[in-house]
Amino acid sequence: MDRFAGKSTPDAAAPRRARALLAAALLAAGAACAREAPPEAADPALEARMVRITSELRCLVCQNQTIADSNAGLAVDLRRETRELLKQGKSDAEVVDYMTARYGDFVLYRPPLRTTTVLLWFGPALLLVVGGTVLVLTLRRRSRMAADAFDPDDDGEVVDEVGAAAAGTAAANAAASGRG
Amino acid sequence: MNQKPATGSGGARLSRQEGGERSGTGAVPRAGAALRPRGAMRLWFLIPLVAFVALAVVLAVGLKRDPREVPSPLIDKPAPKFALARVDDASRVVRLEDLRGKAFILNVWASWCVACREEHPVLLEFAKKRAVPLYGLNYKDTRSDAGAWLARFGNPYDASFFDEDGRVGIDFGVYGVPETFVVDGNGVIRMKHIGPLTPDVLANKIEPLLKKLDA
Repeated sequence: MDRFAGKSTPDAAAPRRARALLAAALLAAGAACAREAPPEAADPALEARMVRITSELRCLVCQNQTIADSNAGLAVDLRRETRELLKQGKSDAEVVDYMTARYGDFVLYRPPLRTTTVLLWFGPALLLVVGGTVLVLTLRRRSRMAADAFDPDDDGEVVDEVGAAAAGTAAANAAASGRG
Repeated sequence: MNQKPATGSGGARLSRQEGGERSGTGAVPRAGAALRPRGAMRLWFLIPLVAFVALAVVLAVGLKRDPREVPSPLIDKPAPKFALARVDDASRVVRLEDLRGKAFILNVWASWCVACREEHPVLLEFAKKRAVPLYGLNYKDTRSDAGAWLARFGNPYDASFFDEDGRVGIDFGVYGVPETFVVDGNGVIRMKHIGPLTPDVLANKIEPLLKKLDA
């Protein structure tokens, strides 16, 4: 206090001290932030690789999240393990092998093609082909049928009858039974 | 108007039969052509029913299955090697090799795990039988919490190993505590149970397996 007083008036010392305190507080806050996330700062390239690999892997705790997204304890640990493996110079495939050796193919969002996953991979395409074939065959058969194989388009008559009476279903039934 | 589909399909079928009859009196090839769809109709109307039943069965089975039970790739594989200090004595390191020679049960637990408390009486009861050694893998816990937990609820374990950072847990594919492994005398994992052990699981799955391993 005395030293400050020697250099400047006491009135001017107060704001200067406040500024120094503020600067110290900001520095401390900055240091705290930096401590919370050191891996990102340490090696952004490695972090990006880790995120790319783990966003293809399913978190086993929150099963609809990726290991990259999840905040579950296990996901945090597996991100840490991935970082470690990458630091050891392991390839992406080796990291994925590390995961499947422990947790099975379940962790893979893109399951490998195996005999047990053939239906998973080709089932939808198969359904599409079967559905399309049935549709084409049905339409072809119908187009070959004579015009008198179908009921006549009863839109016109029904609309007229509905116009005449509110009980449209009764009228349609009557028309159907009349034809039979 | 609403009932049109029902009456319409019936009408189509009727008129198609009429068509067959009519063509029977006239051109011969048309009779065959008209008969084919009629014969096919008998099977075709079953297809939506079959498809529905198949879908219902698949979905029903899917609903009954627990998505949290992920099959372990470690079954019938050698247990991962580890070297961990005991919970009660940081200076005593136990290795997987030290446990070889006799089948044992490894139960993954933690003092912060609520389901472990639920399973604990079952383990205490099982430990009384002294069938096989029962070891604990204390997963991501603190020594003091783990020790206090065992002192409070009882200690069924022959020894608990202290896996502070969960690395051994990861090697064992642990993703939810509690989990239980049955390891045979050669150090091969023979069974894994996810979730709390129940007397039913012990009596019907684990004990028969242990008997088989003994024989």
